[in-house]
Amino acid sequence: MKELIIILMSAVLVNNYVLQRFLGICPFLGVSKKLDQAVGMSIAVIFVMLIATAVTWPIQIYLLDNNGLGYLQTIVFILVIAALVQLLEIALKKFLPSLHKALGVYLPLITTNCAVLGVTILNIDAHYTFVQALVNALGSGLGFLLAMVLFSGVRSRLEASDNIPEAFKGIPITLIAAAITSVSFFGFVGVVENMFA
Amino acid sequence: MNEVIVAIGSVSILGLVLAAMLTVASKLMAVKVDERVPAIRALLPGANCGACGYAGCDGYAEALHKGGVKPNLCTPGGDTVSTAVSTLLGLAFEDVVEQVAVVQCRGNYSATHDKMDYQGISSCAAASLLFSGRSACPFGCLGLGDCADICPSGAICLENGVARVISSKCTGCGLCVKRCPKALIEIIPDTATVAVACKSTQKGAVVRKTCTNGCIACLRCEKECPEGAIKVENNLAHIDYAKCTHCGRCAKVCPTGCIVLGDFSSVHNTAIG
Repeated sequence: MKELIIILMSAVLVNNYVLQRFLGICPFLGVSKKLDQAVGMSIAVIFVMLIATAVTWPIQIYLLDNNGLGYLQTIVFILVIAALVQLLEIALKKFLPSLHKALGVYLPLITTNCAVLGVTILNIDAHYTFVQALVNALGSGLGFLLAMVLFSGVRSRLEASDNIPEAFKGIPITLIAAAITSVSFFGFVGVVENMFA
Repeated sequence: MNEVIVAIGSVSILGLVLAAMLTVASKLMAVKVDERVPAIRALLPGANCGACGYAGCDGYAEALHKGGVKPNLCTPGGDTVSTAVSTLLGLAFEDVVEQVAVVQCRGNYSATHDKMDYQGISSCAAASLLFSGRSACPFGCLGLGDCADICPSGAICLENGVARVISSKCTGCGLCVKRCPKALIEIIPDTATVAVACKSTQKGAVVRKTCTNGCIACLRCEKECPEGAIKVENNLAHIDYAKCTHCGRCAKVCPTGCIVLGDFSSVHNTAIG
């Protein structure tokens, strides 16, 4: 249990996928302008990360590793995740139209998001068990949510500000702000390891 | 060589399995999108004015599709839209009572005077906050054109300091009614031939001093009306359009001319397209 909490907290804070591993930067910069969009995107990411992990972990362990096909990991994972998200979208449209409406365009958008692929591959690399892998996926998704929500706050203030020098307006100042937000997360290094000390 | 075949084989099988799964799923779980909702939506004017009582044309289209809603709620669309929608849905046609907006004030610069030289923000909403506006009459039109700005059909013009609705362009959507800070604009049936053009509830003597075109509550219209369609309440004449027979006698006896006789046909019933 203690180990699972450590995995969860380190995925959210220390090894934050966006701010420390620099995965999923595209949605981080693309849909962080408004809070509601950022939250919608993040919930879709959490959802897909969990499902993708639940499917790819058994495929790696029972299919690829047993047949000595470990080198096919990337291509097989992309294939499986893409098909899975499509299937999920069809099913949601049929059985949970309200959720489908809420997730909207974000679901197909993250089909081949690198953060989703990253979680599944890093789960294998870290030799997690199935439960640990799921907890890590949940933590990564929550970390994504945290980063998106924090950054959408920063973005909305940047949008309203008129003190930005002409040359920095738009993307440049956004990248600088992202870098500073990322640096702030270095403060968490060492916190989780000593949480139960 | 064997390894290559195993690799190609397993990825191909995986791909085929996933493809089969997706195909089956898309057939089994196909959701029928009712084609009628976008079809109804295409018939509506798309002004999103909310005159029907729903959140825009999309909301009304969905409500129509669900049923239990009359197809004649779209006043801007008029009979044309009502006919098209009821044909599409197989409902009985219901005549739309087309409506038109009227500005209930004739207090122009020659009829009334200013009590201040207003130089603030050029908007009625702002001006009315300052001692209820520049006009000597606290009920009068401010003439800064908030209604003209919001009108989607360009049917409101400003004449000599007072807004006026050009009936032949008005669709009766009622956006101006909500906008006017003085609540001076009223929606009336476009079959009307008379309208009260004053909103002042002040006593006759006070109105006399501030505006030559205001209702002084002399009761002559109420006495003249053969149908009893006019009532003077709270120092102001009101017309009940359900009883009015368009004789126009009230307008003739009105000493200040605040009952206006005219053609209020809206855009729907005006021959000129």
